[in-house]
Amino acid sequence: MLDLLHQIPTAFLFFCAAFVVMVLPQGNARNIVLLGTPIIAAIQVWTLGMGEFYTIPLFGFNLELMRLDSLSRIFVLIFCLAAFLGNLFAWHIKDTIQQVSALAYAGSAIGAALSGDLIALFFYWEGTAIASVFLIWARRTEGSYWTGMRYLVIQIASGVILIAGVSLYYYDTGSIAFERMELGSVATWLIFLSFGIKCAFPLLHNWLQDSYPAATITGTVILSAFTTKLAVYALARGFAGTEILIYIGTIMALFPIFFAEIENDLRRVLAYSLNNQLGFMVVGVGIGTELALNGTASHAFAHILYKALLFMSVGAVMYRTGTSKASELGGLYKTMPKTAIFCLVGAASISAFPLFSGFITKSLTLSAVAHEHYMYIWLALVFASAGVLSHSGIKIPFFTFFAHDSGKRPKEAPLHMLLAMGLTAFLCIFIGVFPNFLYSILPYDVNYEPYTMEHIAGQLQLLLFALLAFAIIYRRGLHPPEIRAVNLDTDVIYRKFMPSVFMYVSFIVSRSFSSIHKLSKLMFINFISRLNHTHGPDSSRAASWPAGAMVISIAALLGLALFVIFFS
Amino acid sequence: MANIAHVAEHTARDLIDHLPLLQVLVPFCTAPVIVLFGSRRFAWPLAFISSVISLVISVMLMMIVREGGYISYTLGGWAPPLGIEYRIDATNAFVLMLISTIGTLVLPFAYTSIKNEIRNRDHTLLYACWMLCFTGLLGMVATGDAFNVFVFLEISSLSTYVLVAQGASKDRRALTAAYDYLIMGTIGATFFVIGLGMLYMATGTLNLADLADRIANQGANRTVRSGFAFVIVGMGLKVAIFPLHLWLPKAYTFAPSAVTVFLSATATKAALYVVMRFVFSVYNPDFSFAKNTLEIIFLPLAIIAMFSASFVAVFQVNMKKMLAYSSIAQVGYMLLGIAILNEAGLTASLLHMFNHGFAKALLFMGAGVLVLKTGGSFYLQISGMGRKMPITSGAIVIGGLSLIGVPGTAGFLSKWLLVQAALERSADNSLFLVVALSIVLSSLLAVVYVWRIFEVLFLREADVLIPSSEAPIMMLIPMWILAGSCVWFGFSTDLLYDVANQAALNLLEGSMGMSGSILNLGMN
Repeated sequence: MLDLLHQIPTAFLFFCAAFVVMVLPQGNARNIVLLGTPIIAAIQVWTLGMGEFYTIPLFGFNLELMRLDSLSRIFVLIFCLAAFLGNLFAWHIKDTIQQVSALAYAGSAIGAALSGDLIALFFYWEGTAIASVFLIWARRTEGSYWTGMRYLVIQIASGVILIAGVSLYYYDTGSIAFERMELGSVATWLIFLSFGIKCAFPLLHNWLQDSYPAATITGTVILSAFTTKLAVYALARGFAGTEILIYIGTIMALFPIFFAEIENDLRRVLAYSLNNQLGFMVVGVGIGTELALNGTASHAFAHILYKALLFMSVGAVMYRTGTSKASELGGLYKTMPKTAIFCLVGAASISAFPLFSGFITKSLTLSAVAHEHYMYIWLALVFASAGVLSHSGIKIPFFTFFAHDSGKRPKEAPLHMLLAMGLTAFLCIFIGVFPNFLYSILPYDVNYEPYTMEHIAGQLQLLLFALLAFAIIYRRGLHPPEIRAVNLDTDVIYRKFMPSVFMYVSFIVSRSFSSIHKLSKLMFINFISRLNHTHGPDSSRAASWPAGAMVISIAALLGLALFVIFFS
Repeated sequence: MANIAHVAEHTARDLIDHLPLLQVLVPFCTAPVIVLFGSRRFAWPLAFISSVISLVISVMLMMIVREGGYISYTLGGWAPPLGIEYRIDATNAFVLMLISTIGTLVLPFAYTSIKNEIRNRDHTLLYACWMLCFTGLLGMVATGDAFNVFVFLEISSLSTYVLVAQGASKDRRALTAAYDYLIMGTIGATFFVIGLGMLYMATGTLNLADLADRIANQGANRTVRSGFAFVIVGMGLKVAIFPLHLWLPKAYTFAPSAVTVFLSATATKAALYVVMRFVFSVYNPDFSFAKNTLEIIFLPLAIIAMFSASFVAVFQVNMKKMLAYSSIAQVGYMLLGIAILNEAGLTASLLHMFNHGFAKALLFMGAGVLVLKTGGSFYLQISGMGRKMPITSGAIVIGGLSLIGVPGTAGFLSKWLLVQAALERSADNSLFLVVALSIVLSSLLAVVYVWRIFEVLFLREADVLIPSSEAPIMMLIPMWILAGSCVWFGFSTDLLYDVANQAALNLLEGSMGMSGSILNLGMN
């Protein structure tokens, strides 16, 4: 039985399942397929061992569809896990489109992670784009349609850039193997750019915050797991140790903090925070040492879980209340206590509290940075960690479940959602408490002990001070008259000056980013309307010409041809 | 009567030796037979049977010349260069196969479509014209005689004008479209024949291979050079090279749907083959004037076509017209493949002929079905039809994907090759990097205009008055055969690639000339 299973590429399992789901009637049978497929896939990958297992010839190339090594395996496993949890969370959905596209999407992402060559990678790369857009469209609103279109265009463009890069790369090197590349030629830059778009590099990131919050409640949970982590995997595979990634990653870890801080829609906050977390992983890839790559892989693993958990809890709230705006929520812990607890677990994990998953993974990356003596990068990342705590660790649970009472008294989340969240929360804690389980499947051997006195104390200091700062800012915001009454003293530095600097910087950074964005949008719209003027149905180019004008064109071309012929 | 290559005596008189002639003769004779029978009931079956026979013949020819070499068939026993010669090698066998395949697949589709769009009493003559057009296209490709090319060109053109004008029973504008096409086509053909006249004046022969020999021997004087300009521009009009494309959108839009399907997939391709033949076999790119004409004039025009026509297609609101403009852009790719002047480019060009022929035939069939169901092909009329006829629209989707060149469809292969060809040239001329880039960028435009179709078909609300029913089975079968082959050739790439590559190699070798075995064989 297992042997038979080993004959099928993992991605095809998902595609077959997607077909089966399409045929089966709605109901438990369908849900069993949805949940069973990731489990079977995980078993297959777990038992298969390392190596290359499946090659198909295409157009003179040999496509490697099953390259299992320690790097791809961890990503495939977490993708399977994420697919399982996401589908469990979506148990109540009776929408064929979402179910099929979730499976096809997971299958494409897994296929891409298992691709041993760039052409197979490209196929799956586009596959993820096409499959995932339906999760956005499935919301079936006018807004989500256009968001989906924008998302699709950007994702497809990434694929087109990839194939352009690949063809150049093949032309340069004569190889299509997906191995480590050096930045330098046009080919590798194009490939790099394509990965960068999917990875939401700064200024290439807009699609992420645009689309993820626009998807369906369950769609966002699925979306958050695959595309960007696939890009991180691709970077780790292709560009490990590329120094520019360190700086890109640092900017990525920093700038979304400011946006997240001033954002009201909690799903958008999470999208920004996702971007910020990706920054950590990209830095890890940029460092490229064994420790750093372990950090990236483990961080991706843990991140998928706690980010899914946070999206699930906000999703559950949205499912019950119909909104995910911080200003309209609050005080929900009274009626949704379990969801609140799970959300807190997710928040603690993302903020890297000791005994939670973030703690044992983020520190790997940070240590790798410290090891290579990137002092400023390290400081920036520590600052970013504090920012994570502020917007994801505190803002999300606080404004949803506590803060001022919104008066909403929704029911507790449905059982399957609780089950999905509970399972994810359990995994977050389990990984945090028993790090060796995760460490054992990392790409390289780990001799790292996260639970040292120094590390725990350092992390707690950071976290507690950040908590304190939040408390102060929050209280000040809530009771402005009281604050004003306080005498100005040296404490003005942390009472007033620091927060206002923070807000000021947030404002500047977010404004400048969004004005660059707006400007390019404006230019784009102008360009299109001008094109419509010159090429649209009413333009001269599309008009039907009188025969005389046509004859002139043929005479002109003949004259031109004769001219060239006689003078050459 | 007949000579097969490398057969010492022309004693063989089997039917099989007459294949090159039968290829053209069968549809040619069918046309008068249809008229003589004069019955609507027999017209279609006769046309269909004769198309199937043509298809079989073209496949058999392909089998013979697949590995290289050629068949020389002398008409009436008059040895070339005096007599007319039909010369079949991998290149024209490839194009013959494309034309006869499309011709055969379109007819089942045409049956319903023509019934719907054209008055009953015109059917008989329409099928006769159809057969003549088919004959002309096959003849243009099969023959090895320059004047014969002109004759067949005229046969196909004249019957095409009639076929396009048949659209008048639905929309009177078909008449002006046919009229414009007639004026332009006639000027093009005149230019072509003037070019031939110059060549004849300078060399004293009309046999293509003999022409090649003599031009190579005596070098190119001014007459021969001007001949090149006239031939290329004249035939370029039939190909719908960029500024000479103006007749095409109207003709394709207002012609009956079935006629559009047939023409879009075959007519420009046959003309393009003739251009290839003249550029590579009669003249050759070693002549600096030929090379310069291609690189200075036709390469930029091809790129302009790729963008300009694509942009127009993007903004169109009528599916047939959009597809017509897309055809102009796609012709740009094929022309580009020629102008790149290397093996990969030519292979890409030939492959793209095939792939585009299939995809475009499929899409125009889709448009034809939509016209049948909704009465028009404006986006407003066909919106939401994808939900009402999912099986039909599924085929349209596959055609659209192949048109874009999505991997896993046939269209990907030819575009990929074209990019490779441009990159190959970029080693010595970095401008070709721009060419490669523009291929990729203009493919993005294809994404946009194809996407609009998908959007119109699937994401808009349908008119509630239109019943949801699939296309008739006679239309669905050819559509799905085409859709299936778009996917099949996307995965099983070697078959088509090998043939196209052999065809390209044949062209690049230049003419095999009149020298050597063939001529002597005839004399002996």
